[in-house]
Amino acid sequence: MGFRPRGRLLDEGEIRRALTRIAHEVLERNKGAGDVALVGIAARGDDLARRMAEELRRIESAEVPVGVLDITFYRDDIGLRGEAPEVHQTLIPFDVSGKTVVLVDDVLYTGRTIRAAMDALMDLGRPRAIQLAVLVDRGHRELPIRPDYVGKNVPTRADDLVRVLTNETDGQDGVEVGEVSA
Amino acid sequence: MARLLLRGARVVDSTSDTDGPADVLVVDETVEEIGPDVTSNGAEILDCDGLVVAPGLVDLHAHLREPGREDAETVETGSRAAALGGYTAVCAMPNTDPVADTAAVILEVRNLADKAGLVDVYPAAAITKGLEGERLVEIGELAEMGVRLFTDDHECVQSAQVMRMALEYARAFEVVICQHSQEASLTEGWQMHEGSYSSLLGLRGAPAEAEAVIVARDLLLAGRAGGRLHVTHTSAGLSVDLIRDAKARGTRVTADVTPHHLTFSDEDLQGYDTNLRVNPPLRSAEDRDALRSGLRSGDLDAVATDHAPHAEEDKEVEFDRARPGTTGLETALAAVLTAVGPEPDLRLVVERMAAAPARILGVEEHGGPIAPGRPANLVVFDPAAAWTAGERPWASRGRNSAFLGRTLRGSVVHTMLRGDLVVRDGAATR
Amino acid sequence: MIKHLLSVTQLSPEDINRVLDTAESFREVGTRVIKKVPALRGRTVVNLFYENSTRTRISFELAAKRLSADVINFSTSGSSVAKGESLKDTALTLQAMGADAIVIRHSSSGSPHTLTRWVEASVINAGDGTHEHPTQALLDLYTIREHFPSFEGLRVAVVGDVLHSRVARSNTHALVRMGAEVTLVGPPTLIPPEAQAWGVQVSHDMDEVLPKLDVCYMLRVQRERQRQQYFPSVREYSRLFGLTRERVAALPEGALIMHPGPMNRGVEIASDVADLPRSLITDQVTNGIAVRMALLYLMLGGTGEEAA
Repeated sequence: MGFRPRGRLLDEGEIRRALTRIAHEVLERNKGAGDVALVGIAARGDDLARRMAEELRRIESAEVPVGVLDITFYRDDIGLRGEAPEVHQTLIPFDVSGKTVVLVDDVLYTGRTIRAAMDALMDLGRPRAIQLAVLVDRGHRELPIRPDYVGKNVPTRADDLVRVLTNETDGQDGVEVGEVSA
Repeated sequence: MARLLLRGARVVDSTSDTDGPADVLVVDETVEEIGPDVTSNGAEILDCDGLVVAPGLVDLHAHLREPGREDAETVETGSRAAALGGYTAVCAMPNTDPVADTAAVILEVRNLADKAGLVDVYPAAAITKGLEGERLVEIGELAEMGVRLFTDDHECVQSAQVMRMALEYARAFEVVICQHSQEASLTEGWQMHEGSYSSLLGLRGAPAEAEAVIVARDLLLAGRAGGRLHVTHTSAGLSVDLIRDAKARGTRVTADVTPHHLTFSDEDLQGYDTNLRVNPPLRSAEDRDALRSGLRSGDLDAVATDHAPHAEEDKEVEFDRARPGTTGLETALAAVLTAVGPEPDLRLVVERMAAAPARILGVEEHGGPIAPGRPANLVVFDPAAAWTAGERPWASRGRNSAFLGRTLRGSVVHTMLRGDLVVRDGAATR
Repeated sequence: MIKHLLSVTQLSPEDINRVLDTAESFREVGTRVIKKVPALRGRTVVNLFYENSTRTRISFELAAKRLSADVINFSTSGSSVAKGESLKDTALTLQAMGADAIVIRHSSSGSPHTLTRWVEASVINAGDGTHEHPTQALLDLYTIREHFPSFEGLRVAVVGDVLHSRVARSNTHALVRMGAEVTLVGPPTLIPPEAQAWGVQVSHDMDEVLPKLDVCYMLRVQRERQRQQYFPSVREYSRLFGLTRERVAALPEGALIMHPGPMNRGVEIASDVADLPRSLITDQVTNGIAVRMALLYLMLGGTGEEAA
C-alpha cells in the first residue's frame, strides 16, 4: 500500500504562519501564558508543539512547558487490526494537574485520537482545562470533539489520506492530500 | 468345497524367488494351483489386475494388551488390525497383566485369537518371571506348548549372567531369546534420542550407545552360548554394525526394525508430538539411513511393527508423561513400501515382512512359498494406491499412530487366512 | 506478531527489537501515578503455573493488570490442578472460560506446545522444563541494552549448568540471533551435546574467557547435580567455575554480571560477590513487568491476520 499525492494543502510558509497565528490565539484566549502547557500528540503533533512553544517564547518571552503524549494504549481499535498499533514515546516532564493543557495534533479527523488523548491526560493528572490546537481540520467527525485553534479547514473525501510532513521528522514541511495506491 | 481364484495377479514370493504374473487357485484351506490361465471351474473369481499376491505378512512384535489393558486393545481388535494390515500371523508380546510367564496366560491369548479367527496369534512368553530380570521362566514347558519366542520386552534383561543362562538353556529347545536392548543406567528418565534435537528441545536424551552396549554384550554371550538371539526394534547404526560383524563371525543372531524407525528421525520431534514418543526413540537421520541400508543388505532380517496401542489419556498429555509407543499393524506395509521407495523391491519387502519373520518364529505355515499344497495364507495388495493415515477409522483401539496425516503408498485389498477371506476389498469380514 | 510465544527462536531480530522498544514505553507507564492503561481492557489473561514461582507469576499478573486485562491465577496449590486434573481437561476449562492468553509454567518440556493443541488462546511459555524461558531472555536482553549500545559482537559468557537450564537456552538463542558472540562455559558434562550447532563457542576454562567479556551470565547450579555425578564435588565445581572475587577482578571494566536468580551462594557464586549482580535485580523486576506488558500488548493487540 502506498500514498499517491494529489495536491499540497499547506506549504512551509503557510505552516509557519498558521502556527504563529495559533500561538497568538492561545495567548489571547488564555490571557497570557500563565498556566498553559503544550502537549503534542505523537507523532508529529510533538514537533508542532515544540515550534509553538518557540513562538510563545518569541512573542511573549514565555517559557511554556512542552510534553509529548503517545496515545496508542488508549486507542479504541486495539485488537481490531492485524498487528497491534505501533507505540511511540510519552514524555511529560511536568505535572498536568492544575494546568491549561493545549493538546496539539497535526490533523483532526474522526476525533478518536483526541478522545484517546483526553483519557490519557486524565490518567496523568487533573488539568484545569484542556484545549485543542490542530494544524488541519479535515472534517468527518465521528465523535463530538471540536478544536479551539485551527490552522486550516480543509474539506476532504472520506477515503482520502492527509499526510503531514515536518522538518524534524521527515526533513521537509508540508501537508499533502492524496489517495491510497494499491 | 470353497474355491477362490485370484486372477491376473503379480505373484511375489521371496522363498521361491518368484516375481511375475500368475493366477492362484485356492481350494478350501490350501493353494491348489498357481500358473498362467488357471481354469476357474466354478470358483469365485477375484480380479487381481494391478495387484500383488504375496504370502501373508508375519509380525514378530505386537502388543495386543490383553489380558490387562483391554481399554487400549484386545486380542480381537488387534487381530482385526493385523488382518487389515495384511498380516496372517502375529507374535503377541508378553508384557500383559498378568505377565505371560506361565502356560495359563499363553493359552488364554491363544483361545481369544482362535475365537476371533482373524489371524494366527503366536503368543511370546517372558524370559524372566514377572519381567523382573532375575529368574528364568519354565522355558522347556512353554516350548513344548509351542511357544517359539521369549522376550522381556519392554524391559531389558539387564544382568549379563541371566541373559547368558537364558541363551544357553534355550539352546536345547530351538526357541529364540529376543532382547529389548536398553541399558538402564544410561537411560534414566529418557524421553528421546540424545543428540542435537534433545539439546534444543530440552528433553532428556537416551544415547544410541545405551542400545549398542547391550547388543554388543548379548552378541558376545550368544557367540559363547550358541543359543539363538534376536535383537528386536533395532534403532541405531551402531547396532547394525555390531550385528553384521557378529553374523560374519557365525553368531546365531537375527534382528528386526520397525516401520517408524525406517521413516522418522529425531528431527520430527520438534512439535513435541507424543505419537512420536517411542521406545527405542527415533534416532538421527544417519541412524535411519543405516537402518534402511541394513534392511536392504539383510543385516536386519525382518520388519516387526512393535504395534503399541495406548488409551487416549496415556497419550494426550505432556510429552514426558506420555507412554511411549505407536500403533503399526494397519500402516506397516504401506510405511515400509513408502520408506524404501519410490520403486520398492517387492521381493525384498516380502522377504523381510513375511518369509524371514516366519523362519525366525518357526511358523512353517506362513511366509511362503506360494505353491500347490501349501496353506493359503496370503495377502493381496495394491502397491501404488496412495492414502492418508487416519482418514479411515482404525480397527485398532489405539489412535496413537505416528503416521497420522501422512500419505502412504500401498494398500491391502484382501487378506486370506487358510483360504478364508478375513479381509475383502479393504474391509474386515468379521 | 506471533500468536504463541513458545520459544525465543520464533522471534526475528526485528521482532525482538520491537518488543524491547515497546517495553520502553511501558517502562514509562510504570513511572506514572496511575500505572495503568486501557489497552487490553476486557481481555482475560490466565496464569497457569504448575511450578511455584512467585516472582514470575506476579510479574505477569502485574503486566496484565496494568494493561487493564482481567487476570485469573491457576496455581498448583489449592485448585483442581493440585487434585490431579489433566493438563488437557484444565485447558478445555480455560478455553470454555474464554481466556485470551494463557501464561504457562510447567516442569515438562514442550507442555506449552502441547497446550496450543487444545486452546484458541495465545499461549505464552513462562518456563517449560529444561526447554526455554523466552520472557526471561527478553528481559535480560532489555537489561543488557540499557548498558550497551548494540548486541552486535557483544561478548557474552553463559556459565554453569547449561544442560539443565531453560534460561541458558533461551538467552543463548536470543543473543546469537541479535549478533552477540556467546561462549558456553562449564564442565563437559553440563554442556549439552552438539551445542556448537547453536552458533556458540564452548570453553571449559573460565579464567581464559573472563578477561574478554562484556557480560558474564552466571547460571544456578543445583547441589543435586553432584549427586548425579555431573561433577565430582561442589568444592571442585566452584574452584573451576565459580565466580569469586578474584574472577570478578579479572573481568574488564564495565562488564555486566548477571544471574537469573535465585543464587546458590558458595556454588556458582561466592558469598562475598553475590551482592554484585544484586544491583541489577531491582531493574530486573521493573524491566520484567515492562517487557511482559510489551509482549501481551503486541500479541493480543492485533487480530493476528496478515496485513492486506
